[in-house]
Amino acid sequence: MGLIDGIDKRFDHRIRLGIMSVLMVNTHMDFTGLRDLLEVTDGNLASHLKALEKEGYIRVEKRFVDRRPNTRYQATPEGKEAFSKHLDALERLLGT
Amino acid sequence: MDTNQYKEDLSEIREMMSRSSRFLSLSGVSGILAGAYALAGAFLASREIKAFNASQGFDSAVDNPGITDDALVLRLFWIAGGVLVLAVATAILLSYRKALRNGEKLWAPSSKRLLGNFLIPLGAGGLFCLAMLQYGYVALIAPALLIFYGLSCLNASKYTLGDIRSLGVANILLGLAATQFAGYGLLFWALGFGVFHIIYGSIMYFKYDK
Repeated sequence: MGLIDGIDKRFDHRIRLGIMSVLMVNTHMDFTGLRDLLEVTDGNLASHLKALEKEGYIRVEKRFVDRRPNTRYQATPEGKEAFSKHLDALERLLGT
Repeated sequence: MDTNQYKEDLSEIREMMSRSSRFLSLSGVSGILAGAYALAGAFLASREIKAFNASQGFDSAVDNPGITDDALVLRLFWIAGGVLVLAVATAILLSYRKALRNGEKLWAPSSKRLLGNFLIPLGAGGLFCLAMLQYGYVALIAPALLIFYGLSCLNASKYTLGDIRSLGVANILLGLAATQFAGYGLLFWALGFGVFHIIYGSIMYFKYDK
């Protein structure tokens, strides 16, 4: 097995890693929650969320909380599996 | 191949996982102060109980472990409530300051989860103790509240820095021991809510706040 097998290029960005890390340990998190945790701008976060959604790694759920629109995100089983593989590959690579 | 970048990725991932699922800004100093309030409360309560027992002709609380006199119970209730309110207010204020320093939000999903998981067992314990008061099982109230408080800490430990787990286990054991020493409830409270908090708060302070 080659050293970089399992490294998922689709996670090759700090913000995408952050999003997936948060969604691995939380069943769901809304947009503002993610933004505050990752300390990124709205536009930046939105574009990376879109990309992950397109890959089928996260699921978007739009709903209303106190009559205000609220968008929350959840990792899909495929997304969780892909991210675990990516993590394993990272750890293998670093020999930890 | 840039191993350094992957190393950074990995540490970023670990940090995000713990920051998003645990509230990390619980203040150690507030633990120390809560312990101090509890000791002061215990001192006031012991004076009240001594005065009451003297008026009834008992030498010590051990001879009369099941006081149900309404006026005294109410006064003790106010002392305990005052200690609780002071301790909670201090914890909120100091954790808020620490969260501000850490760039963490005080009212975030992580802190809400922490609070909920702490308050559910504690609320159940509080109501249960009121029921014991109702039926006059006064000698078991102090041990029961220590046990419930310990369970609350144990439950909360999954959502914040792990040290609170030891505080929980210590209070559970203390509560169980206290069941065998009726009449010494206040002493056990002073130990559990006072001394244990001061020890726990100091450990937290030296480990994370300094």
